[in-house]
Amino acid sequence: MSKELTNLREYVGVDEIKGPVFIIRNVHNVGYNELVEIIDEQNKSRVGITLEVGKGYAVVQVLGGTTGLSISKSKVRFQEKPLLMGVSEELLGRVFDGLGNPIDNMPRPAYKEWADVNGAAINPTARDYPNNIIETGITVIDVMNTLVRGQKLPIFSGSGLSHDMIAAQIARQAKVKDDEQFAVVFAAMGVKYDTARFFIKSFEESGVLERVAIFLSLADSPSIERIQTPRSALTCAEYLAFKKNMHVLVIMTDMSNYCEALRELSTVRGEIPARKGYPGYLYSDLASLYERAGMIKGVKGSITQLPILTMPNDDITHPIPDLTGYITEGQIVCDRDLHSRGIYPAIAALPSLSRLMKDNIGEGHTREDHPSLASQLFACYAQVKDIRALASIIGEEELSPLDHEYLNFGEEFERKFLSQGYNERRTLEQSLDLGWSILNIFPPEELVRIKADMVKKYYKPRPEQEEK
Amino acid sequence: MQKVAGKVYRVVGPVVELEEVTFLRMLDVVEVGELKLVGEVMQLKGDHAYVQVYEDTTSLKAGDLVYSEGQPLMVALGPGLLGTIYDGIQRPEELIEKQQGYYIGRGVHLDALDLKKKWHFKPVKTAGTEVKGGEIIGEVQETFLIKHRVMIPPDQAGKIKKIVPEGDYTVQDKIAELETETGTKDITMLQYWPVRVGRPYKTKEGITEPLLTGQRVIDTLFPIGKGSCVAVPGGFGTGKTVVQHQLAKWSDAEIVVYIGCGERGNEMTDILIHFPKLIDPHTGRPLMERTIFIANTSNMPVAAREASIYTGITLAEYYRDMGYNVALMADSTSRWAEALRELSGRLEEMPMEEGFPAYLPSRLAAFYERAGHVKTLAGNEGSISIIAAVSPPGGDFSEPVTAHTRRFVRAFWALDRDLANSRHYPSISWLDSYSEYLIDIEDWWSKNISEDWLELRYTMMDLLQKEQRLQQVVKLVGPDVLPQAQRLVLEICSVFKNGFLQQAAFDPIDTYTSAKKQFLMLKSIVTLYKASEEAVKKGSNVSDIREMPIYQQVLRMKTDYPEDKLADLEKMPDKIKAALQGMGI
Repeated sequence: MSKELTNLREYVGVDEIKGPVFIIRNVHNVGYNELVEIIDEQNKSRVGITLEVGKGYAVVQVLGGTTGLSISKSKVRFQEKPLLMGVSEELLGRVFDGLGNPIDNMPRPAYKEWADVNGAAINPTARDYPNNIIETGITVIDVMNTLVRGQKLPIFSGSGLSHDMIAAQIARQAKVKDDEQFAVVFAAMGVKYDTARFFIKSFEESGVLERVAIFLSLADSPSIERIQTPRSALTCAEYLAFKKNMHVLVIMTDMSNYCEALRELSTVRGEIPARKGYPGYLYSDLASLYERAGMIKGVKGSITQLPILTMPNDDITHPIPDLTGYITEGQIVCDRDLHSRGIYPAIAALPSLSRLMKDNIGEGHTREDHPSLASQLFACYAQVKDIRALASIIGEEELSPLDHEYLNFGEEFERKFLSQGYNERRTLEQSLDLGWSILNIFPPEELVRIKADMVKKYYKPRPEQEEK
Repeated sequence: MQKVAGKVYRVVGPVVELEEVTFLRMLDVVEVGELKLVGEVMQLKGDHAYVQVYEDTTSLKAGDLVYSEGQPLMVALGPGLLGTIYDGIQRPEELIEKQQGYYIGRGVHLDALDLKKKWHFKPVKTAGTEVKGGEIIGEVQETFLIKHRVMIPPDQAGKIKKIVPEGDYTVQDKIAELETETGTKDITMLQYWPVRVGRPYKTKEGITEPLLTGQRVIDTLFPIGKGSCVAVPGGFGTGKTVVQHQLAKWSDAEIVVYIGCGERGNEMTDILIHFPKLIDPHTGRPLMERTIFIANTSNMPVAAREASIYTGITLAEYYRDMGYNVALMADSTSRWAEALRELSGRLEEMPMEEGFPAYLPSRLAAFYERAGHVKTLAGNEGSISIIAAVSPPGGDFSEPVTAHTRRFVRAFWALDRDLANSRHYPSISWLDSYSEYLIDIEDWWSKNISEDWLELRYTMMDLLQKEQRLQQVVKLVGPDVLPQAQRLVLEICSVFKNGFLQQAAFDPIDTYTSAKKQFLMLKSIVTLYKASEEAVKKGSNVSDIREMPIYQQVLRMKTDYPEDKLADLEKMPDKIKAALQGMGI
């Protein structure tokens, strides 16, 4: 055997194939979590990773799926290195499959570096605290759930809601300063072609397509590929952000499909399930993706993540949204009720939250009245919900005059403040003023969350109230 | 570590099975493979051993050699701990960054304490003195605030043969020689202790003093004492972490150990960036000088997450033994329990509810039992209070970790989703929370603040309970049908919720409220209730009373009266009485 062949470490035949996984025995010196190349009978190559290694055997997950693999004729090559992905700026404007192979009928881009797709944990002491807001032009997000550069803010949605439009609108309208470079990395896991098409078209229309790297693992690709897709996308994002100083927005849809692929793999391996059949390490696994967002001291670029997930049965306590919510820095929750009333964006203001907002709004960041205005809007709208519940029992006629004002406020909040066009971009200034223009339905004394001097400065009574 | 202890047989994620194991014992530390990845022995079976590895195991293969010194997982103790940021197994993260850049690499071996730095040591014992374990033989000013008391290791005793004069020494320099039954022992400032074994103390004492947090809903409604255990359960977005941060900032413990266990990277960064700028209201010094951080974020290896809780509590015990009051924040114990579950699953143990191992309750119990108010071996008093965040899946408090934790803590601050959604923070529910420590510390309040405190508190709690029942009625028929006296209860509770319970963590005045101010605010609101009740009895309308400017003044007490203007706040009850006197006639 020539030396080169020894290095390749090729074996013919495997022992057991089950779902996306096969077991091969009588192999030695195989490293855990390393790259494996599998050649099928048609001489086509696929890649795999070792999931478990032991004395004389290895368990390999085949990222391209095991369809067409045979026990006796599959050739297996152990590469003795982790799964690496080629990265460079040329990835922008291109379309790849979940493993990073180009699928847009163009030649392979020239790679500058090879990076481990699993990434590594950013040292907490090296992180920089996200401190620049992203003006999305969407009022309810900018005023009440401010998105910050370096944040991971998922969209919790349900099937049939407008999450894709919201994400596309954010990607289109998110502003960066003129001297800064931005990029979008889009990862589609197990979604239909239509969804992917919608995003690509939207990038095209806004003329940013050449600033977008697209990773597609559509509904008809092997589910196992979905596990790799966000990793490939994030590896690309990390290179652009931390090596090339770009501000990268990563959109990942749909995280529920990712988690299901993970569950599938876990079941095949016979692991002990935790909740709803999902593996006990779902939290750690999701964290290994979401935590790749952020900023690093001394590096100009940033990664902001906007994962989209559809909550099965709109259930926010389902393990996927639940564990996601524990890792991400807040969430934007879509609301079916608003959606069916024709309100876009159908964002439920109360359960939505941006955790990084507190330190990045107000004097010196946005406008001095921003924090207390947001807090007041939350409080009033929460009150609206209570009063609506009451009104549905005792009837609106029985409500007090103040309660009626709250109901009117609720209506204006949803119709004027929340609602806006898909192509409408409101500046933060406009959005904040809009907030005041619906709050003035109340007398100034009712605005207890706002300091008196702030009320004095920004509160303008309604014309009809002056008449009273 | 040089001694070969076995060979890798199988690798499954963070768990590695070894074969041909020779001298390993349970919980011994091993180093696996060429990179010498640190791990700990979890199970022994014939000549096989199962090891949990604290680092990513990529590229390990069967046949790799495993080394060990036959020692359990230990932490290094000595001056230099305060202000440092460690990972779950006490590796200093700032040094890791210097060595490896912004990503955490593998196979890092760094000393937990700076071995070169010289500390000014002042002996307090002389040669010839008999000393027991835990006795203090000298002092080092570790930070401006904290005197580090150098102790004889708890398991040693004897006669001091030699002790160095006052001067500058490194942690490895010999500072004393101890003549023991088994020969002469050198004492250095650097000492080691196994993390899974609690450090000994003389006796456990009752809890007598409150741990003041400056958070009104906590100190007034659900107070805890120095040496308490409290669980803070809440779904995501209910403000667990802000509560933890507030306590780390403002609680009157002398030392804070903050464990970020499987939480967000940016959250740790938030602390690491903001803490150095924060000034402790009790001492006027930066909070960093009294804090130790353990940051094992959610994407760092899961086995180190399991260990981080033990590393943290051992460091806390060390300062407790010096006679300090230590507050330990663990955010979040659910992530720790999940790490246990993950490792247990990999060890193929029989799962219980939701996949958690059967030993979850006993591990939780053992952890919480390491808290308490003790008399130390040296005869001083010290305490550890544990404030543990719990993250129940789906906000469901009946899940195993919350349910079991509840059995071992005596205070429970339940965070409420509805309160959080309406941005009522801290979102500690006044209906579901409790503190059994109230009876332990009421004496302190009546001696130091006012004898009326407990009664006022009960008055307010009573009103809140009443309000809850009334709200049920209101939900069905609206508030208008209620009699005036009951409408008043609703109004007063609304004032109490908005003007007292709600506290803005990011407002410079509101973020911290002293015990004295809390009492004055409470007294004012109860006075407002009593005076309004009088007025209602005399025939006033609640909505008219509610419109009075005095209500606005009470609502704004929290921000209108900074701590140095409390003399003005003392006049508030009289002002209220005066304002309402004329009503209803």
